[in-house]
Amino acid sequence: MQLSQLTINSVRSSIQERNTTAFALAESHYSQIEKEDGQVGAFLTLCKERALEHADRIDRMAAEGKPLPPLAGVPVAIKDVMSTRGVRTTAGSKSLEHFIPPYDCTAVARMEAAGAVVLGKTNCDEFAMGSSNENSAFKPVRNPRDLTRVPGGSSGGSAAAVAANMAVVALGSDTGGSIRQPASFCGVVGLMPTYGRVSRYGLIAFASSLDHVGPLTRTVKDAAIVLHTIVGRDPMDSTSADVPVPDYVAELEKPVRGLKLGIAKEYFGDGLDDDVRNSVESAIDQLKSLGCEIVPVSLPHTPYAIPTYYLIATAEASSNLARYDGVRYSYRAPGVKSLSEMYRRSRDEGFGAEVKRRIMLGTYALSAGYYDAYYLKAQKVRTLLTRDFQEAFSKVDAIVTPTSPTAAFRLGEKSDDPLAMYLADIYTVTADLAGIPGISIPCGETKDKLPIGLQILGKHFDEATILRVANAFERAA
Amino acid sequence: MQVTEKDVAYVADLANLELSVEERSRMVRDLNSILGYIDRLNELDTSNVEPMAQVSDRYGVDESRQGSERFSYATREDVVEGLRKSLPQEVALANAPDADGTFFRVPKVIER
Repeated sequence: MQLSQLTINSVRSSIQERNTTAFALAESHYSQIEKEDGQVGAFLTLCKERALEHADRIDRMAAEGKPLPPLAGVPVAIKDVMSTRGVRTTAGSKSLEHFIPPYDCTAVARMEAAGAVVLGKTNCDEFAMGSSNENSAFKPVRNPRDLTRVPGGSSGGSAAAVAANMAVVALGSDTGGSIRQPASFCGVVGLMPTYGRVSRYGLIAFASSLDHVGPLTRTVKDAAIVLHTIVGRDPMDSTSADVPVPDYVAELEKPVRGLKLGIAKEYFGDGLDDDVRNSVESAIDQLKSLGCEIVPVSLPHTPYAIPTYYLIATAEASSNLARYDGVRYSYRAPGVKSLSEMYRRSRDEGFGAEVKRRIMLGTYALSAGYYDAYYLKAQKVRTLLTRDFQEAFSKVDAIVTPTSPTAAFRLGEKSDDPLAMYLADIYTVTADLAGIPGISIPCGETKDKLPIGLQILGKHFDEATILRVANAFERAA
Repeated sequence: MQVTEKDVAYVADLANLELSVEERSRMVRDLNSILGYIDRLNELDTSNVEPMAQVSDRYGVDESRQGSERFSYATREDVVEGLRKSLPQEVALANAPDADGTFFRVPKVIER
């Protein structure tokens, strides 16, 4: 059995036809983890007992000849920012090192209800803050394609787990590019759905107006199947939207001929690596040869996206992370004498450098005297960025860009320069700010054999079109 | 605008962080570098632009309804345990660094 060839449908049908069992599949993924993960570092916690119990349930259904649910027996990895009942959930932070949630994240519960087998929790940048996975409090993740390089972040463990055949699919979260950028660095598919499309109940909050849950997979079809599993209104998340859900898998088969794809020059400027540019341009030619019409569009406020993002995201983070006070479930510093000392020392010792930096920046941007100059200004520019997309989407069905200006960089290369690290998100933060969906799919390699990602952005709640374009490209490539 | 050591101390206080001497001087440097980049937002005239706090009040909403009526689907009845049962006390306390079985325990707040 070639683990790298497994997809959701092949797993389900081989269990249904009794060619294998969910139990055996889980076991072989755990063997692969044992073999590979010492080097890669994708997992923080394994939940073998829970996994094998679920696998067993699927196998009993198969033995009784019952029709299996859509994700039956599919081994999945869950980013460690999603709560799992009874399974340690750390968010990559020392402050939650021993946190065992009393409930499941809705997306995880929906995956399990559809038959998926949760193998474990994946490493990530602390509280999903980072673009390289070097901000994990526990260990960095290494890129399975080149162990001297980062897997991207913050869902680096999820991307690496899928890329190194340690899971068939994974869930990640995306606040500024944290699904799409690691997908691009590791050579897998990563989908960020529209804001509000997927419930965030049980997702540890980073920046609430920007946080999204979505899949990382080997194929576009698998991304469509996972999306279909986790979407839809959830009464436990008041921001989850009440919008009709199409049949994403059926929509994949619709022709792409005649679709209008926008190309924005703002995504092909200075700082774009030559190999990435060449790959993305030939991908665009490929889409043209599939019958798509290429239309130039303008997204003039793009150069302002990073400053806008790093004000809004950090402001929201400074508020969301106030809850880590050492009282109810987070780390408490030992030997504290007063309440105020407890707060300060617990947070000082529990948070890593990047998290403190962002809390400081966000608190500063919200503080008296600076609110108008920074936070309010950023909210206004967010309006302009969103209008850019609105105008572009009045002319085109989707927009095609590189996912990241470069392929995976080396560990340590940017870790001393926060600004350089922030600029790694330059092509991804715009979609989070505007709330539109985006997907990254592999579209080639650099001269050093590092994966390159193609990003396709869509209209609000129109994941179907970007999945369709991605699927057509994947099939033709 | 330049961030000073004094600003960092003030903001750390607001954020309930202490920060070591080294962390504070590094923070001055990092915040100035990031804010220097952020200053490019001032190139844009936004005097007639509405601020945007979130996207979900603009997209995917029922346009025929007004104001909070648009979000009536997101409300629930105001009843005890409306969406799920409350956590039992021992479960709610299970992750606490210090608890006495009924309450979270913290250092003394009021001296008497």
